[in-house]
Amino acid sequence: MKQQPGNEVLLRFLSRSANEGFARTAAACFVAQLDPTLEEVNDIKTAVSEAVTNCIVHAYPNCLGPVQMRLRLFEDRTVEVVVKDSGVGIADIEQARTPLFTTGNGERSGMGFTIMESFMDQVKVRSRLGKGTTVVMRRRLSSRAAAPV
Amino acid sequence: MSIACTGEGRTLRAALSGEVDHHRARALMGELDTLIESALPRSLTLDLSGVTFMDSSGIAVVLRAWRRMGELGGVLRVSGVPAQAGKVLRAAGLDRLFALED
Repeated sequence: MKQQPGNEVLLRFLSRSANEGFARTAAACFVAQLDPTLEEVNDIKTAVSEAVTNCIVHAYPNCLGPVQMRLRLFEDRTVEVVVKDSGVGIADIEQARTPLFTTGNGERSGMGFTIMESFMDQVKVRSRLGKGTTVVMRRRLSSRAAAPV
Repeated sequence: MSIACTGEGRTLRAALSGEVDHHRARALMGELDTLIESALPRSLTLDLSGVTFMDSSGIAVVLRAWRRMGELGGVLRVSGVPAQAGKVLRAAGLDRLFALED
């Protein structure tokens, strides 16, 4: 049976670069109720920053568009982050996930997906050209005494 | 100017502070480019002790400074690396190119 989330939040914002900081700070605030370690919070903030930056840089290269971020907390201390856009989509997901690959200019490192993969337990990417991209990331937090959801 | 620069002659220390993400990366790259081109340092130390957050945009900022210093025959040092930024830079393998000092 599928686990039901203990708590959930849904945010929708425009693909402005100022919202990169907003999204990762909002994620950190929401996850704080599970009493994560500082390193766990920082890892989740970093992964969120990468996923949201991808929407801003790649999904909507020449315009602004909606970005949706859903955060869910599960009883087993799993944090799920879903970042979804309705942008241009990714032609080759495997290539996009390859370290150092970027369609951006010299200002991008091509390490976004690599960072998401190293900082989260699981990263899934679904994309359709012209329809958009959804990134689902999960991270199970370490057990801490007295940490109710 | 969000980079505090100190040093004399051709030994420079540039202190970055705050959050280094895509939103700020272009401005930081521009400032570092200007700094390097105007001083042509032999040694540039990027002091990251004031950096409160860094994502892969920061990797591009540091790599760009490292490449430019290499072209000039100089050296880049990266010091005061906070834990979070260090984890990002190490995940990208930058510790194989230069030392990341605490």
